[in-house]
Amino acid sequence: MTMKVGNRQVDGVTIVDCSGRITLGEGSVILRDTVRDLLSKGNKKIVLNLGEVNYIDSSGIGELVSAFTTTKNQGGELKLLNLTKKVNDLLQITKLYTVFDVKDDEAAAVKSFK
Amino acid sequence: MAMTEHRVSYTLDSSLETIDHAEEKATRIATEMGFPDDEIMQISMAVREGAVNAVLHGNAYAPEKKVTLAFEHTDNDLVITIRDQGKGMDLANIPNPLAPENLLKTSGRGIFLMRSFMDVVEIRPSATGTELKLIKHVHGPTAGDKEASQ
Repeated sequence: MTMKVGNRQVDGVTIVDCSGRITLGEGSVILRDTVRDLLSKGNKKIVLNLGEVNYIDSSGIGELVSAFTTTKNQGGELKLLNLTKKVNDLLQITKLYTVFDVKDDEAAAVKSFK
Repeated sequence: MAMTEHRVSYTLDSSLETIDHAEEKATRIATEMGFPDDEIMQISMAVREGAVNAVLHGNAYAPEKKVTLAFEHTDNDLVITIRDQGKGMDLANIPNPLAPENLLKTSGRGIFLMRSFMDVVEIRPSATGTELKLIKHVHGPTAGDKEASQ
């Protein structure tokens, strides 16, 4: 299953609903283009909802890191929402769980932006 | 494809499709061998990362260079070998992705993930390419193997 994304606005925060696989190639490119497009339009409060992401490889992990740092460098914030067990485990063993702001409730995620 | 009773090997192009095919084959073989679901995911992901290294960093997508993928299974082990035809990996210059200064790097986690998921990971670089051997024990790791793969 390839990666699919859909954006929606909730109280000034952009929720990006992701589904499928974030892997080398199309999945990583779609995520990169989506985040860059949002930032270019001034949407700097971003939540990546990964609840339907069933697979991610090291390239996908790298793309999440890139999205995080790119957003931060432009004065924005990017948070992760609804990690599946697989993605959660990967972020734990790579120690990236300590880097990302990870939420499991959308309303709390939206409210957490300054 | 070449095949013996317990060994199957493939010669594949240096393409993104090869990475997906390698992962799919690993998933199928690990499933047929009866590995539990979490270990099937680990094996398929390790093979995917190995194939990424071979296609991208080894062969650099060169159309004339091939990736060889072999699966061999015994009563105790699944042994996966991935060879590329690149310049050979420089093992001395692989950064630790868990080091604080490397946490925000966007690459460099593939070998770490392979070592996390497999019981044995052997990397043999040479001037004519790199050979990667991944081993998963059917009945779980032994302490000695885990230490040897670090």
